[in-house]
Amino acid sequence: MQGPDSFVFPNELHVTWTVMIVLYPYITGMVAGAFIVSSFYHVFGMEKLKPIARFALVSSLAFLCFATVPLLNHLGRPDRAFNIMVTPNFNSAMSGFGFVYLFYMIVVVLEIWFSYREDFIEKYRNSKGLAKTIYRILILGDVNINENTKKYDRKVVTFLAAFGIPVACILHGYVGFLFGSIKANLWWSTPLMFIIFIFSAIVSGLAVLIFLYQFVHWLRRKQVNQESYELMSKWLWGFMIIAVILELMEVLSISYERTERWGVLEQLINGKLKISYVYLQIFVFSIGPFLILSVTSIAKNLNIKLKNTLIWIASGMLLIQVLLMRWNVVIGGQLVSKSMRGFTEYFPGYFDKEGLLVSIGIVIVPFLLLMLFDRLFPFFEKKGAS
Amino acid sequence: MEKIERRQFLKLGLYSTAGLLVGSVFAFTKTDKEIFYQTNEDLLKFDWGFIVDTTRCIGCGACVRACKIENNVPDTYFRTWVERYEIDKNENVRVDSPNGSLGGFKDDNFDETQIVKAFFVPKLCNHCYDSACTQVCPVGATYESPDGVVLIDKERCVGCGYCVQACPYGCRYIDHEKGVADKCTLCYHRIHRGEAPACVDACPRNARIFGNLKDPNSKIRRILHERRYGLLKPELGTNPKCYYIGLDMEVK
Repeated sequence: MQGPDSFVFPNELHVTWTVMIVLYPYITGMVAGAFIVSSFYHVFGMEKLKPIARFALVSSLAFLCFATVPLLNHLGRPDRAFNIMVTPNFNSAMSGFGFVYLFYMIVVVLEIWFSYREDFIEKYRNSKGLAKTIYRILILGDVNINENTKKYDRKVVTFLAAFGIPVACILHGYVGFLFGSIKANLWWSTPLMFIIFIFSAIVSGLAVLIFLYQFVHWLRRKQVNQESYELMSKWLWGFMIIAVILELMEVLSISYERTERWGVLEQLINGKLKISYVYLQIFVFSIGPFLILSVTSIAKNLNIKLKNTLIWIASGMLLIQVLLMRWNVVIGGQLVSKSMRGFTEYFPGYFDKEGLLVSIGIVIVPFLLLMLFDRLFPFFEKKGAS
Repeated sequence: MEKIERRQFLKLGLYSTAGLLVGSVFAFTKTDKEIFYQTNEDLLKFDWGFIVDTTRCIGCGACVRACKIENNVPDTYFRTWVERYEIDKNENVRVDSPNGSLGGFKDDNFDETQIVKAFFVPKLCNHCYDSACTQVCPVGATYESPDGVVLIDKERCVGCGYCVQACPYGCRYIDHEKGVADKCTLCYHRIHRGEAPACVDACPRNARIFGNLKDPNSKIRRILHERRYGLLKPELGTNPKCYYIGLDMEVK
């Protein structure tokens, strides 16, 4: 396990934070990103984004419902998970997690409830039997709807959407802070981590919305709303540029400072992370989508079908880019020995409790939940169909 | 004649066995009665510190074995371990700690004739004054005892592993059987009854010194006044109170 010139502390042969901790920021990133996209419409009045605003919001909830699953699977004592809210140690960056998470959940659920109230009431009136009972519970038995209540609902939604932006940023920036504030870890410890996580969250949120939006419309043999689709792709282009530049600037500044730290991290980047970081994250999945989105954003006479396919591919690639970024941060940082003399190894295993199979399951389940949500409160307007 | 001799022999045997039993009952129960730190005020009289004299360690690994037995440390995890540093004629440095030096060290990493300098460095939890692990524990399961030992409340720990990440010295691990964090406690159960930690007792070279930093006449204070020492990673501001005599710049 150790070469003659490499040394890791004996306890470091075990990597403590597994692929589960890679998935948590990945999923919350999509939560925060998708929410911010929905707020673009509600708060900043981008009418073009109206067709996806609700979809973005409901997606956010679907991912949010499963964000804690990898964490619970990772905890040594999941039965004590609520200790984090019962006996929090406020000196710890992690202690606020439960409160921030719960608070954000309340904001999202309230916003969805207010923006769907009108639809729920209509469905309640048109349904029978069990469905009627479900909708009755959903609307809390209140069927009162008129111009005044609609106005009020819209006001509340706008307020919640505006209020939710900082909360979403905190939810995810906070995850970045958890890593960035660990002084013992050479690869994590940077104040930039917080900002990088927020931007990569927006990238993954936009990417997952574009990806699903197009995918669902292909399945249903319908046309996407071209205006909002293209607008989203341009936002994605912009945000991915900022996110990738920040990621690179961080490494550049560490490199330029030429402290002892760089001596170790240089070996990490050129060694254990060469494939997953340099080749895949940077070259293939950052520069690739950047080039594709540059073409689709700038070129005027592109065939619409081709254009949409290209945007879809780029969004899929960026979803992988963000996942790779989470892996390279979370796992990469733990590969560096605190002895500064070597690197440890990690492979999650295929069928382990925290292995690859479980990971794939955890990533897929939110999408299934989203399908179920679509039955309950359809997020794509039917009249947009061709 | 023969019968009497046998009887006498049996009598003697019986008496001496009884004597041994009674004696050992006294001997073994004696320490248990000497728990003299009971109230918080008692504990506040102490600030337990540790000295590792790297110039004395011979890398036998007795401390690691003693710790493993005393504290039931799971295999491949370590509350304490010993590192070996070897430097050759060309200033190449090689460091190793095979299985935490549980079985000591066997072969040299370099050709023996090439080695110009070699030494051993035992490591354990530094029980820092400003420990990063105590700071980051989200549920307050890691805390500093009134007598200055960083401990884990295993009834409260959720096993998130944040402390493992935060410790700059690699002294913590997750005990997967119990699902909670674990590390050196300075044998709190022993020092509480006036004994030294198991590793200190096991060391044949007195390379490990344990004592009360608040007592101006303690051995540990006297040595710290006499010798030059270093701390591990002082730049991180954790203020460790494990003092390393003869610390080499290669040790991190």
